[in-house]
Amino acid sequence: MRLIKSIVRPNKVDDVKDALAKIGISGMTVTEVRGHGKQKGHTAIYRGKEYNVSLLPKMEMEVVVPDAMVDDAIKAIIEAARTGEIGDGRVFVLPVLESHRIRTGEKES
Amino acid sequence: MNQADTAWMLTSTALVLLMTPALAFFYGGLVRSKNALNTMMMSFISLGFVGVLWAVLGYSLAFSEGTNWVGGLSNAWLAGVGLEENGTIPHLLFMAFQGTFCIITAALISGAIVERMRFSAYVAFICLWALAVYAPVAHWVWGGGWLADLGALDFAGGTVVHVNAAVAALVAAIVVGKRQEYPSSSLLPHNVPFVLLGAGLLWFGWFGFNAGSALGANSIAGLAFVTTMLAPAATLVVWSFLDMFRSGRPTAVGCATAIVVGLVAVTPAAGFISPMSAILLGGLAALPSYVIMAIRARSALDDSLDVVAAHGAGGVTGALLTGVFADMSLNGVADGLLFGNPGQVGIQAAAVAAVIVYSGGMSFVLLKVIGLVIPLRTSESDESTGLDITQHGEEAYMHVGGTSSRGHV
Repeated sequence: MRLIKSIVRPNKVDDVKDALAKIGISGMTVTEVRGHGKQKGHTAIYRGKEYNVSLLPKMEMEVVVPDAMVDDAIKAIIEAARTGEIGDGRVFVLPVLESHRIRTGEKES
Repeated sequence: MNQADTAWMLTSTALVLLMTPALAFFYGGLVRSKNALNTMMMSFISLGFVGVLWAVLGYSLAFSEGTNWVGGLSNAWLAGVGLEENGTIPHLLFMAFQGTFCIITAALISGAIVERMRFSAYVAFICLWALAVYAPVAHWVWGGGWLADLGALDFAGGTVVHVNAAVAALVAAIVVGKRQEYPSSSLLPHNVPFVLLGAGLLWFGWFGFNAGSALGANSIAGLAFVTTMLAPAATLVVWSFLDMFRSGRPTAVGCATAIVVGLVAVTPAAGFISPMSAILLGGLAALPSYVIMAIRARSALDDSLDVVAAHGAGGVTGALLTGVFADMSLNGVADGLLFGNPGQVGIQAAAVAAVIVYSGGMSFVLLKVIGLVIPLRTSESDESTGLDITQHGEEAYMHVGGTSSRGHV
């Protein structure tokens, strides 16, 4: 099992969700985050004073998938989330030791 | 007693009372979310404490006979303030109308010291200030005091309310000191829609503030209503151009600010000048406020919500321009410079100067005295945590998905 943590543009969440659903992955957790890689922020003007807003809104999507599906999942996420511009985001893969379903108590590992 | 006048003044009083909650939204939206409630409370609490103090003592100090400098105690506890006529409306109603002015004037000061002043010290300050500063100044201009004798023109409180509060705000910002993080790029508004809402409601209420100051449902009220509609409109237009010239884009915060500046500037002039003069006055008033705001933002002065730029500069500009545009053929009271009476500008300046000196000096004294008993600021760690939690034990926004109210903005 791996945890695939993707940071994508907020307006790409639905596309990524649909792409994952197409390959059978539907459980996920989505969080609003702020951050940046190479992407430059924008300048905000507040009462005549300029501010550089460098922490940009993104969405973090987490899915836990069996090892066999990891590559397909990554491919689906990247294709759905890519625009080609700086700021598209990143995909990280982390190992998961166990997973327990709360409703039934079943364990997967 | 005139029923039409009474009906209008009942309405006006309610409109002006609404301006204090409106101010709460205007100011509240401009601060960070962790201080939203505390900022709004600084306005709302004035409704309570200053409201009661006005009835018990403030009204008497402002409007009963007394001397040329302050009223007496003959109307304390509303003695002698009943259903009888005062002008063409019930005396009680006149008292209530004036009370709504005192309430919002005190609340205006809060804009300079948000996000760091101890709430208890603030409440103590506005209570003493309402009685020791607002009431005497109101007496000077409207209660038959020496500025009225001098011939100073202040239709609805450009000097009594706005310059008065702005000077107190300046002193408070200096005495209380700046926010720990000032100047910092993280001091941004958390809810600009609230700022716009506040500005809109303030404009609505201001029709009561200005047109209600005619104290009757008459043609002067009509004039004041129209000038109150046109002046801020002109300020907004000029401000938009200033924003676009400076940074290429008109901002929502700028729009809300411009509206308030225009309203402040037309306040002393509302029933004294023509509608076309109001447009000119509003347009001109944008300039000093815009410049002062830009200067302040780069300075060491943490007048956090620019009370000095909006109410101080706007009030002074409006007071002086009243001395320029006043037209006796309209207002039946006095002419200004453009109508052959240049001396009026000097009188206006004198009145403004007197209020600046008195309000500034007295506010300083009050703050220092209170500071001996209650620390004026919250502790450093309380300031970092946020005043909503530390001063009120509340969070403005509890279950916002993903971000807590103690966040960055």
